[in-house]
Amino acid sequence: MGLTRTSCSKSASNFKGLEADGHRVISIAGNPNVGKSTIFNALTGMKQHTGNWAGKTVGSATGYLKTEKETYTLVDIPGTYSLSPRSPEEEIARDFIAFGGGSLCVVVCDATCLERNLALVLNIAEITPNVIVCVNLLDEAKRKGINIDLDVLSERLGVTVIGTVARDKKSLEGLVQAIEDFPFADKKSNFVMEYPKPVAEAIEVLATVIDKKLNGKINARWLAIKMLCEEIGLISKAGEFANFDIFGDEDIVAAIKIAKKILHQENIAKPALEYIVSAAAVSSAESIYEAAVKKQAQKSDFDRKADRIFTGKAFGIPVMIALLLFILWLTVSGANYISEILSLLFGHIENGLEWAISRTGIPLAIKKVIIEGAFRVPAIIVSVMLPPMAIFFPLFTILEDIGYLPRVAFNLDKPLSRCNGCGKQALTMCMGLGCNAAGVVGCRIIDSPRERLLAILTNSFIPCNGRLPQHK
Amino acid sequence: MKSLKDLRLGESGIIEKLLVSADMRKRFLDIGLIDKTRVSCVGISPAGDPKAFLIRGAVIAIRLCDCEKIMLENSKE
Repeated sequence: MGLTRTSCSKSASNFKGLEADGHRVISIAGNPNVGKSTIFNALTGMKQHTGNWAGKTVGSATGYLKTEKETYTLVDIPGTYSLSPRSPEEEIARDFIAFGGGSLCVVVCDATCLERNLALVLNIAEITPNVIVCVNLLDEAKRKGINIDLDVLSERLGVTVIGTVARDKKSLEGLVQAIEDFPFADKKSNFVMEYPKPVAEAIEVLATVIDKKLNGKINARWLAIKMLCEEIGLISKAGEFANFDIFGDEDIVAAIKIAKKILHQENIAKPALEYIVSAAAVSSAESIYEAAVKKQAQKSDFDRKADRIFTGKAFGIPVMIALLLFILWLTVSGANYISEILSLLFGHIENGLEWAISRTGIPLAIKKVIIEGAFRVPAIIVSVMLPPMAIFFPLFTILEDIGYLPRVAFNLDKPLSRCNGCGKQALTMCMGLGCNAAGVVGCRIIDSPRERLLAILTNSFIPCNGRLPQHK
Repeated sequence: MKSLKDLRLGESGIIEKLLVSADMRKRFLDIGLIDKTRVSCVGISPAGDPKAFLIRGAVIAIRLCDCEKIMLENSKE
């Protein structure tokens, strides 16, 4: 999957019809960069291209998981840190989970920073009880001295918890088994976040009424919180989903008034309420984390020393320039060899083709169209553009995997922010060297709309490898 | 009053309050910067801005112009 019409168009967030083929729909959610797509691919056997850099899942990729018992439709939803969306992708994720997000949601977590990931788990578990938590990268966590007690985690969250190592396919068998064994039919209760008394009371008042009106189509407590936080856009979407005029219903409007009065008596205005709601999730995550995780050593000495070189005042910039130049040199000079071999190969094929066609007696004009047009042009494009890409992008992926790219962004944030950009733009500019299209698409990793627009518009000034050879 | 900006490499502090706009506030809450959260400075970029902080197990870089709006409790370690 990539930038296809279906994954980018407006209807990318429209999930209706997924269940049409009769399979249970399972969504795969999680923070960005936790190995979600890798797990998705391993489960479905699909080659949605993974790795590289943050934010590849544009819309939602779907695939099938076939087990001995059943076939499931799997949906890979965009990575998000919470369910209060700030970008279109995060909104897609939230809408999917909140409004009919299938029968089950597998939340993938990064074991190396579980506490942060738990906030999303709680956000989701608050909406739906049909959750399996998949703690990924267990091996890496162990190496860092982080020991996670999966049983305690499962008990505190009230959901199934599976540990995996995404690169090792065998460890995914436990996850598949958990999906197969999942008691879809059982009635389960949602995770209930603990709020201070007046807030809990206000939520209760409103939720009771909503529950009656919507017949449990959407989790009432969650919707009640959103109503009190006045997320109008979300509420009207909920109304559309449940086919119910929420704002037009007298009982609900009356209940909102009562709930607001309770909050008003305690002097809890909207910003304070938003804070209480977020803080409740964070501190719940904290207490669960502390119960389930034992940390031995702090960050290893090696990491610290490495960081002093990679982001230090003296070495940071020179090392970065040297490393990036080295990669560029490797790409350009390495690509030359492969290019030569490829064009030699294509030359031979062209000769063969020419010989074959001359035997058939096709008129010269058509022969030229076939050989010089249809064959030679793509042959040149492939032999010039493929080799640098085939070298550059894997090298870039290695840098990402060892965690160097975020450090480049960190090093270059100040100079780029002087130009009203941000550090991450350095990465999209580097990607632009490989291919401007990839660079522009990569701009999704930039949060601020203004900085993102700047990065997109200026990316074309980076000569991509299709254009570089022209400057020889 | 001390803000996150004043933390030097290796120092840590405890969040007292956020003095930021509603939009920014939500982002900070999302990364777990609620009151009483312990934050330690684990990196400073070559230009001195941004700084990297260890927040709830994750390392996050924050620009100084945002740091100075994140106030810390006075007790220093």
